[in-house]
Amino acid sequence: MEHVAPPLLNIRGLRKTYGATEVVAGLDLAVVKGECFGLLGPNGAGKTTTLRLALGLTAPDGGSVSLFGLPVPAEARRARMRVGVVPQIDNLDPDFSVRENLMVYGRYFGMKDADIAVRIPGLLEFAGLEHRAEARIDALSGGMKRRLTLARALVNDPDLLFLDEPTTGLDPQARHMIWQRLRMLLGQGKTLVLTTHFMEEAERLCDRLAIMDHGRIIAEGSPQALIKSHIEPQVVEVFGEGVERWIGENGDAQCERTERVGETVFCYTRNSEVLLQQLGQRGDLRYSSRPASLEDVFLKLTGRDLRD
Amino acid sequence: MTRFWRPPALSLRFFPVWQRNFLVWKKLAIPAILGNLADPALYMLGLGYGLGGLLREVGGVPYLTFLAAGTVCYSTMNSATFEVLYSGFSRMHVQRTWDAILNAPLTLDDILFAELLWATSKSLLSGLAILAIVWVMGLAGLGQTLWLIPLIVLIGFCFSGMGLVVTALSPSYDFFMYYFTLAITPMVLLCGVFYPVDQLPPALQAVSAWLPLTHAIALARPLVQGGAPQQVLAHVAALFAYGALSYYAALVLTRRRLLK
Repeated sequence: MEHVAPPLLNIRGLRKTYGATEVVAGLDLAVVKGECFGLLGPNGAGKTTTLRLALGLTAPDGGSVSLFGLPVPAEARRARMRVGVVPQIDNLDPDFSVRENLMVYGRYFGMKDADIAVRIPGLLEFAGLEHRAEARIDALSGGMKRRLTLARALVNDPDLLFLDEPTTGLDPQARHMIWQRLRMLLGQGKTLVLTTHFMEEAERLCDRLAIMDHGRIIAEGSPQALIKSHIEPQVVEVFGEGVERWIGENGDAQCERTERVGETVFCYTRNSEVLLQQLGQRGDLRYSSRPASLEDVFLKLTGRDLRD
Repeated sequence: MTRFWRPPALSLRFFPVWQRNFLVWKKLAIPAILGNLADPALYMLGLGYGLGGLLREVGGVPYLTFLAAGTVCYSTMNSATFEVLYSGFSRMHVQRTWDAILNAPLTLDDILFAELLWATSKSLLSGLAILAIVWVMGLAGLGQTLWLIPLIVLIGFCFSGMGLVVTALSPSYDFFMYYFTLAITPMVLLCGVFYPVDQLPPALQAVSAWLPLTHAIALARPLVQGGAPQQVLAHVAALFAYGALSYYAALVLTRRRLLK
């Protein structure tokens, strides 16, 4: 019989209500050692609240959380000894240098100064900040701050890292650098739980994803499995002045599902060959064809309405 | 929400938070010392000499000596108040330092306790600086003024706790003006810092009797002037109660604010 390791994070029937809104509405999820688990969802879906509940920073109105087998929030303090957190909003200590930020943060875990000092060079190297050790925080770029926040989350050598939108607000170079670091951590056997609304980030890093909306998980699986099970494999985007006419002539008959967004028709299909031939013969339309992506799944499941 | 009302659960984990604040203070010690220490000293000396020249005696002693006891208390109060209000609010709300700490194995109970002790420590310096001036100028002998040291700690504790309540409620820095205008300034004027409380109309004296700064000065003034303080236990208990109950109220309010 195959031995199944107990999950590092186990959430059952979790509920959290603010006023009349159920922000987390009966959530189940389990994260096992060594995986990267991605929590996707539009703004306000309940991702950050779920992380806060998992860390024991707020008490649930129902359900249970266990972290490293410890009940949370009752034993959250003990559980957080083995956890690192990269918060959504930078909260590095602006009164301190890069090095001091790591030192001061290590002390919060009860580490001895000498033990933290031993870890600091490795953390600086990991963050690519070896030459900025004495720099003040306000002298760092956005990407450097994020890398330092990630290094700070590793000061206690945690087994599990929570990352709340780790690359929001970064330029592509900085984002790729963070992704590369996160893959290094996965290579070291760390477990990652990350929230994001960048599909590319989720697709690149995560073994398993859960798409969340209105406090519930509405789909779960590997990125490939989600695409396969929730959406047709081909997408043809049709736009241009002739779109109305084309629709009027039932030009989209070849599509299994169509979606109209402004001037563009999204045509989802299992086989786009015939459609592309037909479109190629028209002069009043422009189109592009591509394989379906995680973003298509996300938009199908959570809708295209703005979430402000 | 009963969980916000549970009693404080303290642990030794508060220490690195106290240490963090100390490290920041060390970096900015010179302006901090000037702001916290020089300012009340200048007031005391300026008023002491300026007004003191016009007044023969106040409360049976030279005006400067009278003023010294009030200034020790008021300087300690101010230092503690500014620390938990402005610096505390920066750490809680602006820099989100407390959020970062809460992700480590610490609780809000630890953080608030550390802030309370830190502001008390910082205000001890302010009180001691005035006391040092008292000694250097020979306004009072060492002897029983040494009792002022634990008293300064108690005053710092009292006003740190009270200030934390204001910080917990504050949406922005502007909110602090209410506390200064409605609490701190009236106390400076009603509690006997600059003149004896018995100069006030009876109604104001009655108000004064309830204010913590009055209790502080009732203990400090005889210690500076060489008499024996009366009703020591009652004054100590009042200062301690103000501080401890405020700390608990601040903890409940801050839990509601940050852990909801």
